[in-house]
Order: sequence, then structure tokens, then C-alpha cells
Amino acid sequence: MHSGYWLMATLFLPLITAAVLVGVPDSRKDIVRYISVTVGAVLFAMSVFIFFAYEVDHGGGYQFFIRYDWLENVAFLGPHGISLALGLDGISAPMVLLTGVVAFGGTLISWKIEHHNKDFFILFWVLVAGVYGTFESLDLFFFFFWYEVAVLPMYLLIAVWGSSSVFETFSRTKEYSAMKLTIMLVSASILIFLGIFAVFKEAGLGTFDLQQLYAYHFDENFQKMAFPLFVIGCGVLAGLWPFHTWSPDGHVSAPTAVSMLHAGVLMKLGAFGIIRLGIQLLPEGATFWMPGLMILATCNVVYGAFAATAQRDFKYMIGYSSVSHMGLVLMGLATMNQIGIDGAVLQMFAHGVMTATFFAMVGSVYDQTHTRDMRQYSGLVHRMPLFVFFFGLAGLASLGLPGLSGFVAEFHIFVGAFRTYPWAGALGIFAAAMTAVYILRMMSMAMFGPVDDKWNDLKEMTYLERGTAVLLLAAMLFMGLWPAPFIDRISETVRVLPGVS
Amino acid sequence: MNDLNLDYTLFIPEYFLAGLVVLLVVLDLYVTQVKKSWLSYIAAAGLAATAGVSLCWIDKQSNFARIVAIDNYTTYFRVFFMATGAIVCLASGKLVEDKLRHPGEFFALVILSTIGAIGMAASRELMTAYLSLELLSFSLYILVSFEKFDLRSNEAGIKYLLLGAFASAFFLYGMSLIYGVTGSTYYSDISANLSQGTDKFEWALLMGLVLMITGLGFKVAAVPFHMWTPDAYEGAPVAITAYLSTTSKAAGFALLLRLFSGAFQVVHDDWSWMIAGIAAATMILGNLVALQQHNIKRLMAYSSIGQVGYMLMGIAGLSHNTASALVLHMTGYMVSNMAIFIVIIAWYNMTGKEEIGDFRGMRERAPLLAGVLAGALFSLAGLPLFAGFVTKFILFQAVTDQGYYWLAAIGVVTSVISLYYYLQVMKQAFVIKPDEGDEALLPVPLLMNGMAAALMLGVFYVGLYPQQLFDAIDNATGFLFV
Repeated sequence: MHSGYWLMATLFLPLITAAVLVGVPDSRKDIVRYISVTVGAVLFAMSVFIFFAYEVDHGGGYQFFIRYDWLENVAFLGPHGISLALGLDGISAPMVLLTGVVAFGGTLISWKIEHHNKDFFILFWVLVAGVYGTFESLDLFFFFFWYEVAVLPMYLLIAVWGSSSVFETFSRTKEYSAMKLTIMLVSASILIFLGIFAVFKEAGLGTFDLQQLYAYHFDENFQKMAFPLFVIGCGVLAGLWPFHTWSPDGHVSAPTAVSMLHAGVLMKLGAFGIIRLGIQLLPEGATFWMPGLMILATCNVVYGAFAATAQRDFKYMIGYSSVSHMGLVLMGLATMNQIGIDGAVLQMFAHGVMTATFFAMVGSVYDQTHTRDMRQYSGLVHRMPLFVFFFGLAGLASLGLPGLSGFVAEFHIFVGAFRTYPWAGALGIFAAAMTAVYILRMMSMAMFGPVDDKWNDLKEMTYLERGTAVLLLAAMLFMGLWPAPFIDRISETVRVLPGVS
Repeated sequence: MNDLNLDYTLFIPEYFLAGLVVLLVVLDLYVTQVKKSWLSYIAAAGLAATAGVSLCWIDKQSNFARIVAIDNYTTYFRVFFMATGAIVCLASGKLVEDKLRHPGEFFALVILSTIGAIGMAASRELMTAYLSLELLSFSLYILVSFEKFDLRSNEAGIKYLLLGAFASAFFLYGMSLIYGVTGSTYYSDISANLSQGTDKFEWALLMGLVLMITGLGFKVAAVPFHMWTPDAYEGAPVAITAYLSTTSKAAGFALLLRLFSGAFQVVHDDWSWMIAGIAAATMILGNLVALQQHNIKRLMAYSSIGQVGYMLMGIAGLSHNTASALVLHMTGYMVSNMAIFIVIIAWYNMTGKEEIGDFRGMRERAPLLAGVLAGALFSLAGLPLFAGFVTKFILFQAVTDQGYYWLAAIGVVTSVISLYYYLQVMKQAFVIKPDEGDEALLPVPLLMNGMAAALMLGVFYVGLYPQQLFDAIDNATGFLFV
């Protein structure tokens, strides 16, 4: 067994970094950059270590467990009332790895930020701490605590460092998108809040410790009542249709690193919350409601794919494809069978690295041209071959080419879906085919064809951007070519999830 | 009646404060060598020292002739009110230097009102509670209108005085009805008499409760008795606005807790629905109307009304747990709110502006203040890392445990609404650029920066390490239910 201090370190290193950055003078942008990239690298290394040190064949229990009693034996709280309990299972281990990869990539990409980069990185590290905390928490209070920490910096990150979109007939300002994202996510938290209050009162254990709550058997009617609170509450963050509308707007307006982290990792918090608070806490509620989630998830998959096809803005296209791919995650969860949920978790990782790559690539072009309208581009491959190479690979992963991460994940999900809801599986495969349509069309429109003279000055990606792309691509290939480390960890835990067939 | 405890040493902290009042006035009038600005330091130091002295009464439960209880609850609020008073005294240095000819009076009134507030927390008898309430209120009437040559300040003072007098009359009338049906003004006797059945005087009791809740509702600015709040907050000197939104409210709740737990807990069903209704209306109206404000003081007025709604939930489902949660939330609110007001005061002192739009570019011109503003606003909105998340969470959970799911739901929903208008303030401070030619750093006095930073640390303390504080509060509120 490994020490839980590794998890503590992933949680507190970003927070301490944020606190240290407060003390750095505004003018020393270089110090901010060096500190942040170093910390990003250390976090990445720790995440890789944690992922591989997680022991398979351990029975599916929590590893790296550590508990610090935070507030107990006072008022309505009993022993271990609220404790910072951290631990990993086979589902959160890949998520920690994902966070490490994307956060490190995000620090590299954000090297070029000039405007108050100190403030940017303070908020960025708070965001990263929130993400790690949510994946690692085994306490209901702290799960929600870190979940909200991850939402907290979004308004300023988008409104200060983001970019507005102007279309022919209307525009979306970054302030609008930032407010929409924040208010929608925090509104969704209302449901989680109420769910937590109800669960705590119903159990009457005087503790928010998730392992004790998992052991408690909730009344079946209560489960049916409370499950929608958690699933819709968390689902909004996962981009659940019809509450997905914050996602394209928010991701488009956000600065590159924030888009990467938000679409790549933060949306996974929502899906992860459905597992932790929905399936694990209220299994009978899950069995009852999952057909409903399947319907919504199918809408996600199909609607997202069609909407992405209609977009002419790079980032909006990626944003809607995220909606579609997160729908696949939800679809996998809604199957409630082993292979489907395996696939959902795999897809969480696969979509995370893939969409982060997309956003990083778009950022490298947008910073030079300040337009994201793909009709403005033509023949980029002649000016930026590396860019097209990376973008293309991410695109191929997105449409599920074997050998890349997307294939492994989608394959699992579709097998799971066909076992329970064949119609959903069929629609899912149809949407995956649509992915090929919009990705390939975008490639042919913007990347290939004759060179447009106005882009003669375009430069290839910077070395930092290439580093980010290589990092993310390595993760994509790792999962695509050798998925065993992932599947071993995930399936072992999914097997012991309550209510999974 | 021979066994009455007439131990006058119980009031030593109040004697100190009274001495401080005299000292400040005398220094101001007769010792001309003393600079005006020193008076604020003397007042703050005196309050801080007295708060230290009052710690001697920890765990020494006693009472004075059964009318005043000196227990951990009183001690907690002694420290609470003196700390708030000290912060306000320090923060009003600039106001005093620029606008007042006799600052001694100003500080003397702040300290007198502190004595009143302590009395409200300590009283276990209706007349004493009423007198303490009036001591607080009268001091505040004067303080609100202290900027004599500012019309808004005068208007605020008159409004506050007239409506406050009405509220006091309601409270008194309610008291007399309660006295009529129970034959006593002692909380413990009222409780004992009520527990023998209320069939014979149900309507009189109800009427008395309605009137008392009306009077106290006015003092804490609960809807529908809140109309004076925005005007008084806007007109008062900013430091006094800060004082109104913290001490005045906290004292009202200290009294409500002591009174309802001590005297009326046995007839909980008779009044809990009224308070629950008021709480719901207060949360909704306060937070919705705040959306439309463009003056920062009015915004904070409505935001504080919303906060009162949250705290009233704790009274509606009154129990030891909710009382602890309420005081915890109130403490977190006090620290966060004070931090925001320090920023507002510092900004106003430097720019003379108090519209929300005038906060634009604060990030460029006063980075530390902007950071504190953001953190404290997040805290009020109830986001984690800051005090507001844990205090609201505990409060809402405690209220849910009492069966008030619907109140907790309204509380959470209105919290989200409040985030919207707090973000609007943050948008000005961080997103909007300062005007051309106005980009230079402002010379923020060290004192203001220091206080803002210290209060911010307090916000983090409550938000990240609440065990000790909550233990102390839980212990203190335990004395309400003996």
C-alpha cells in the first residue's frame, strides 16, 4: 500500500503554488512562468507515478487512503463528521493521470500569456486543486467542496483572459459566456446541495464519510427521489442535454489552457459525480432512472454531432463535439453493465486528452490570426504541417480510429449499449459516423487545398505548443495501443460497483 | 428573593468600556495635544484590551440578579462586538480627520452601542433586553446622521429614527402582552409559565409574539420591515454602514436567540411558522432587489438583508444545532462583510466614489484591495475555500435536519442569485479597464491594506480550519438551552 500523502501532495501543491504566486510581484512574469511550469511537471510526474503505483488485483478497494478529521464531534457532526478523506479506486486513478497530463499541457500552453499572468496562474492552480480534490475525495462534503472550487475561478478566467466571438448577425461576448457558464454550473449545484442535505438527514449517521454512507442502505423511495438531484446536478457539468448550452459558449470564450482543462477534465467531474454520488450512493435509484438518462444521453450524442456539423467556428465545432462525446460517456454509464461503464470511464480519459489537443491546436492558430472561422482558412498544411499532423491525429482519435484512444472507449460503450438498449447503440454508432463527417470536412476545408495568400505569414507551432501536443498525443497513443493498464484498473472497480450487471 | 446574586464585578468589561467612553470625550475636549487620528487608535486599543479582559469569564457561569447572564455565550458576543467595534474605529480614521470636529463623540457612541449590543446578548429579562436594545439604537441613530452637512446622512438618520421608534413601540407593546399572560419578564419564568399550557390566552400570546417579532424584525432588517435599510446604509458614513451591517444585526440575533431559546422554546409551534415565512421572504426579496442596485452601499444593504434571511432560518428551526450553525454563519458573515467594507472605505477615501461602476480597474490601481474584495465576495456568495461555504453548508444542513427542506432550498437558490450580483462587482474590479489617465497605482494607506489582509486571513481561517471556532460556538450556545 502506498501512502496517502501522495494524494495530499497533488491536492496541496497547486494550492500552495497559488498562495506563493500571490507574493510574486506583478512585473516578474518570468518567475511566475518558471514556477508554474515546474509545478506542472512535478504534478504530471506524481500523477503518472500514482497511476502506475495503483495496485491491480487489490480487490477494488480504495488505495492511497488517508484521512484528516476536519470538523467532528460538534453540533450534528459525530466522529469523522467531515474529514478530508482521500483515496483512489480504479475509476479515479485514470482521472488523476488525465488531470496531470492536461494540467501540465495547460501550463506549457499558457507560457505566452502576458496580461497579469500571475493572476491567471493563481486561478489556474486553484482550478487544478479543485479537480484533483474532487477525483480523490471520499467525503461527501469535501467532494462537493472541491467540485465548487473547480467552478469558482471560471468567471474571472474567462472574462479576463478569454475572447469574444463575433458572427455575422450576433456576437457572444466573453463576459456573457463567463456568466452563463458560472451561473449554469452553480445553479446545477443547487440540486447537489439539496441531495447532500437529504442524504445526510436520511442516513442520520452524523458523518459525511462516503464509505460509511455507501454501507448504509437508503430506503428505495428515497433513492428514487434523490437520484435525479445528483444526476442532473452533476450532469450539467458533464454537458447533459438539454443543460449543455453553457459548454460550447464557455469553451469557445475561454483562454486556451482553460478550454483544455475545462473540456478535458472538468466535464469529467460531472460524469465522475454521477458514478460517485449516483451509482455508488444510490444504486436502486440508479437502476430505476437509468433508462431516462439513456434517452437524454442519446439526445446528447446525436444532437451534439449534428450541431457540430453545422458549425463554422473551430472552437464551436469542438465544443459541440464535446457535447456529443460526453453523451457517449453518459450513455456508457446508463447501460449499468460492466462493459458499458468501463467504456464510459475509458471515454472520459480518451475524450479528455483528445479535446485538450484540439483546443491547444486551435489556440496556436488563433493567437496568430485572431479568427476561428474555418471558412477563412485554406491549405494550412503548407504553412503549418506539424499543426495539421497533430490536429489530424486528434481528429482521427475523435472519430474512433483504431490504434488511438477513442476507438477503445467507444467500442466498449457500443457493446454495452447494444446489450441493454440496441436502439441507443445504433444511434450512437450513427453519431460516431457523423463525427467523421464534420472532422473530415473541417480538415478538407481548412487544412488542405490551395494555400490562401493571406496566411503566408503563419508560423509553425512554437516549441512549447509542440511539447504540449506531443505530451497529449503520447497519452492518446498509450491508451489506444496498450489499453490494458486502464482496463485492468477500471474493470476491477466497476465489477464491484453496486447494481452493475 | 434574598438569594439574588448582586455581584457587581461581573460587569468589569462594561465598566472598562464606559471608562473608555469618558476618556475619549475628555481627551477630545480638553487635551488638545492629542491628535484626532490618535483617538481612533486609543478607542480600538481600548476595545481590544477589554475584549482580552472579558476572556477571564470563560467557563464561569454566573448571573446578575437573574437579569443578566454571564456565561460563555455572553463572553463570545462580548469579544465579537468589541472586535467589530475596534475594526470600525480603526477604519473610520480618515472620516474623522476630514469631516468631524469632535471625533471623541463619534468613538464614544460606537463604544456605547457596543455596550448595548453586549447587553442584548446577555439579558435574561425583557426590560433589560429592551434597555440594551435602545442603548444600541440611540447610539446608532446619531451615528447614522453624523455627517451633519450631508443631506443624505440627515435623511438616513431621520428615517432610521422614526421607523426605529415605531419598532421599539411594537416591541414594548409585545412585551407588555407577554407580561400580561405570563406574569413575568424573566425569560425563565415566562418559559415555566408557558409550559403549563397556553389555552387560556392563546391569542394574547400570539399577538405578543407577532409584535415582538415585528420589533426585532425591524432591528435586524427582515422583510417586510426592511425599508429603512437601503436608505440608512446609503446615507450613513461608510464605516457606520459597516457597523450597521454587522454589530446591529448580530446583536439583534444574539437577543433573538437568547429570548426565543430561553422564553419561547416551549411554544415553538406558535411562532416558528412566522419566522420561517419571514426568513423565506427576506432571502428572496433581499437577493432579488440587490440585482438592480448600482450603488455599492445599497447593494451591500440588500445583500445583508439576504444574509439576514439565512440567519432567520436558524431561528425558525431553533435547536442547539441550528443556534450553533447560526452563530457560526454570523461570524463568518461578519468577517467577510467587514473585509468588503474595508475595501469600500479605502476606495471611497481615495476616489470619493461609491458606485459599483466606479470600482472599474481596481485590479490595476489597488491590487491587494481587489484581491480581498474578490475573496470576500466569493465568501458571501458561499463558495468554498472561503468562510461562506462551510458556514452556509452547516447552517443549511442544520435547518434541513429540523425538517425545513423548503427553507434550505430557497436558501441555496437565493445564494446562486447572489453570486450573480457579486460577480458584477468583481467584473468591474477585474475585467473592466481603468479610465485613461487613471491607471496609476493608488496610495493605499498601510493600515487599510493591513486590515483588509488580516480580515482576509480571518475569512480563510473560518473557511479552512473551523474546528476550534465551531467548538467554541457550540459550547457557547449550549448555555442557551440549559
